[in-house]
Amino acid sequence: MNTVVDEIRFRQHEGTVEYTPKDFKAGIDVRWCAGCGGYSILAQVQRIMPTLGIPKEKIAFISGIGCSSRFPYYMDVFGVHSLHGRAIAIASGLKVARPDLSLWIATGDGDCMSIGGNHFIHACRRNINLNVLMFNNEVYSLTKGQYSPTSQQGQVTKSSPLGVLDDPFNPASLALGSGASFVARGYDGDPKYLQYLFERAAKHNGFSFVEIYTNCVIYNDGAFDLFTRKDTRNEHSVMLEHGKPLIFGDNKDKGIKLDGFTPKVVSLTDGKYSVDDLLVHNEKDSTLAFILANMTYNQELPRPMGVFQAIERTTYEQKVEDQIAYYSGKPGAGKLENLLIDEDSWEIK
Amino acid sequence: MEKQVQYLDEAVIRFAGDSGDGMQLVGTLFSNTSGSVGNDVNTFPDYPSEIRAPEGTLYGVSAYQIQFGQKRVNTPGNKIDLLVAMNASSLKVNLPHVKKGGLIIANSAGFDDKNLKLARYEKNPLEDNSLSDYHIVPLNISNIVKEELKDSTISPKHVDRTKNIFALGMTYWLYDRPLNHTEKWLEGKFGKKADILASNKKVLKAGWEFANKSEVFKTQYKIKRSDMKPGHYRNITGNNAAAIGLVVAAHKANMPLFLGSYPITPATEILHFISGYKQFKVKHLQAEDEIAGVCSAIGASYGGYLAATTTSGPGLSLKVEAIGLAVILELPLVIIDVQRGGPSTGLPTKPEQSDLFMAMYGRHGEAPLPIVAATSASDCFDMTIEAARIAIKYMTPVILLTDGYIAQGTNPWRIPNLDELPDIKPKFVTNPEGFAPYKRDPQTLARLWAIPGTQGLEHRIGGLEKEDITGLVSQDPANHQKMVNIRAKKIEGIANDIPLAVVEGEQQGDLLILGWGGTYGAIKDAFDKLRSEGKKVSYCHLKHLNPFPKNLEQILKSFKRILIPELNMGQLKSIIRSTYMIDSIGLNKVQGLPLKAYEVEDKVNELLKVKE
Ligand SMILES: Cc1ncc(C[n+]2csc(CCOP(=O)(O)OP(=O)(O)O)c2C)c(N)n1
Ligand code: SF4
Ligand SMILES: [Mg+2]
Repeated sequence: MNTVVDEIRFRQHEGTVEYTPKDFKAGIDVRWCAGCGGYSILAQVQRIMPTLGIPKEKIAFISGIGCSSRFPYYMDVFGVHSLHGRAIAIASGLKVARPDLSLWIATGDGDCMSIGGNHFIHACRRNINLNVLMFNNEVYSLTKGQYSPTSQQGQVTKSSPLGVLDDPFNPASLALGSGASFVARGYDGDPKYLQYLFERAAKHNGFSFVEIYTNCVIYNDGAFDLFTRKDTRNEHSVMLEHGKPLIFGDNKDKGIKLDGFTPKVVSLTDGKYSVDDLLVHNEKDSTLAFILANMTYNQELPRPMGVFQAIERTTYEQKVEDQIAYYSGKPGAGKLENLLIDEDSWEIK
Repeated sequence: MEKQVQYLDEAVIRFAGDSGDGMQLVGTLFSNTSGSVGNDVNTFPDYPSEIRAPEGTLYGVSAYQIQFGQKRVNTPGNKIDLLVAMNASSLKVNLPHVKKGGLIIANSAGFDDKNLKLARYEKNPLEDNSLSDYHIVPLNISNIVKEELKDSTISPKHVDRTKNIFALGMTYWLYDRPLNHTEKWLEGKFGKKADILASNKKVLKAGWEFANKSEVFKTQYKIKRSDMKPGHYRNITGNNAAAIGLVVAAHKANMPLFLGSYPITPATEILHFISGYKQFKVKHLQAEDEIAGVCSAIGASYGGYLAATTTSGPGLSLKVEAIGLAVILELPLVIIDVQRGGPSTGLPTKPEQSDLFMAMYGRHGEAPLPIVAATSASDCFDMTIEAARIAIKYMTPVILLTDGYIAQGTNPWRIPNLDELPDIKPKFVTNPEGFAPYKRDPQTLARLWAIPGTQGLEHRIGGLEKEDITGLVSQDPANHQKMVNIRAKKIEGIANDIPLAVVEGEQQGDLLILGWGGTYGAIKDAFDKLRSEGKKVSYCHLKHLNPFPKNLEQILKSFKRILIPELNMGQLKSIIRSTYMIDSIGLNKVQGLPLKAYEVEDKVNELLKVKE
């Protein structure tokens, strides 16, 4: 027997699937502060949505609580603004139930890595096909400025007036260590590149984690300036490109070379090293991904940006579907009588 | 030798031995056989909480108690007529439950020096006359089976493992039960191992013959079949019944089923059963914690599934916030709480009814939800379906309260014809014309259900207060008041859609016993006994705890005194008082033990002495 849900799951979209970014605007006012990094992320998501060829009714955004988690209200698709930290848990159940849906999660650094940390690491390891967009502003904004698990040591916030004592999480390393199959980093101020990352995440069949450096103009303004401002970013960050050597600097005059397992900055102009000596990125190399992610808080090294890892492996929901197809396809399967009457039952006449 | 035959109304027997002695197995086989000859049966397994307790120890004793009878048998019984004790420790632990004059079959091989020491016996109780109050039959069962199987090819270890089957054979003679049901089971189990099958069958028969020939058993007991409704039956635990109930409810609703759960005693078996139902296309997620268990179920429910989450007290504590979300999202969700002793880790394997307050009040904000409770193992099936029916019809989370006692005990379940069960009709919207997420069915006040994948119905919902009808975020004071009222009214209205409470005995008078949930069997036994003694007492048992049946107030007002026995410090009593301004007398037991019929009898007798 086909259930109503099956019927909806397999129903064909009526008409063509041709949209413009405007079709994804929910038509209500966006309530973020002027200058908030969220605006750019929203715009880029709306820009890439039409390119995915997915009917709007098949897309859902699930979020937790935080400034960033307001996101679903602004997207004219299905959406749930849920509980602080629980978006991934809710989306996990939804995706297992409804693998036909394209599921996106808008979450903050607190939502995702603090209260929701447990769900995050387990979704990574299960490889459920969710696209997690983590707006990392290194602060709890909605609650007006306390430090978060990604706040930097010494950072002064409302709840750390004398400076943060904790070591921060490195989100990319956490995701990789937890088994995420797609891990990337971008920032709000580079629209084109964000679009590229979102498209990659959407097309990756598995758990995708995109950390987005997001400026909070109110509670942590300029936190990422070094890596995002035109005048400093070339010297302080390095783009990861699959199959390409790691080169950076205003004049593209520096590179990253591996010394054993340790990445080192080398000059390309002092005659000692050439491009051929540099580390070449490979998204399929999980060992390399760890090394690159680990560069993150190393002051001597530029901040890596881009896709750390993209490895395809069977998704959790696919394995569930396969098990069900196998067992429900056996002769006599699905007969409720077999569940009700077992070998121990008897008949009273 | 001439044997006497004695007819009994019911009997209570208990198999007790070491964890490795196979007591749970023979207990189950005995109860299934008793069911198959038309007796009513009620069982309770009593096994150690240690996983592999050291052999022969007092805390390693595993037992299985069965009451079977000609009339309705509501509990596993109190005092034991026959104890089978496979070793010294099992005798020591279970002796206090044996009737004076009761029969004890003791495997004397389990009373050697080592076993006696482990059981902390100074002297061998089988030899020192300390058991003169009982009819004690010491038998070296280990030697007997060795002798029986001396020609068998199976290993000495396997030979020794048939002790329980021999004992079972003896009990079959003692209570005049046929061997065929067990033989059939053995064939299914050992069909491929011919020598083991043959040995077990031989030993089973030998046990029967032994008792038949032996001088020590002078009487054979017979229990007539009860007038059970015709149909197919099986003995079922409450957890198994709940698992099947979920599958059947989904089938009746023509919806797929999802379970999000995290293991916790005594609820885990529901997860075990459900995880084995892939052939019925059931999906489940063993989540990373209870929060994810309930949240994943909410996600699946949002996706159009009949979604459930199963847990026990500590897990329910963790789920509380998410249940509040389901209340405001107005999504159906079945939450099964198999109650155990609390607070905190408390008594993980022992029953209690102390989560009623949490079910009723354990959420922040005004967040009412329906609560139902099951009265027996087999009733867990019906009440799971009832919970699903209410959840889907009223678009709300529903909590079903069972407990560790009915979850693991069994009683015969009449396997229903699917047509007898209520239809469940989810109201999915598919038409975008005039759609709004919080538009309601005027009668039930349930909102319409629009699931992702439905073209043209794209919309957002969330945990923030929402505007009536549109579901848009709203902070408007009057709107919040209105929404709180609507959500409360929706739940209150369910009172029109549940059965009226039933009073047994006089419909008005001096004393009413009011019970709820898993204590039904004990109270019912007490009530029947009191009535047979001519005592004026009435009885009402609740399965719907929020809302209460519409006629409950009327019923309560028809009695001068109300006695509420419950396995907590007076939670129903307190809710009754706050709801109806009616005071009652509590019989409150929190010992990690089920309620016993005699406790209710004693209390009622005490109350009847002082007439109001
Ligand atoms: C259970 C619970 N605890 C605490 C809060 C309060 N709270 C809301 S958002 C938030 C932190 C948000 O930080 P983040 O996830 O980084 O999001 P941002 O606002 O920075 O985008 C907190 C602590 C809550 N809503 N629920
Ligand atoms: S407080 Fe910060 S994060 Fe929140 S909306 Fe304003 S700028 Fe954005
Ligand atoms: Mg933040």
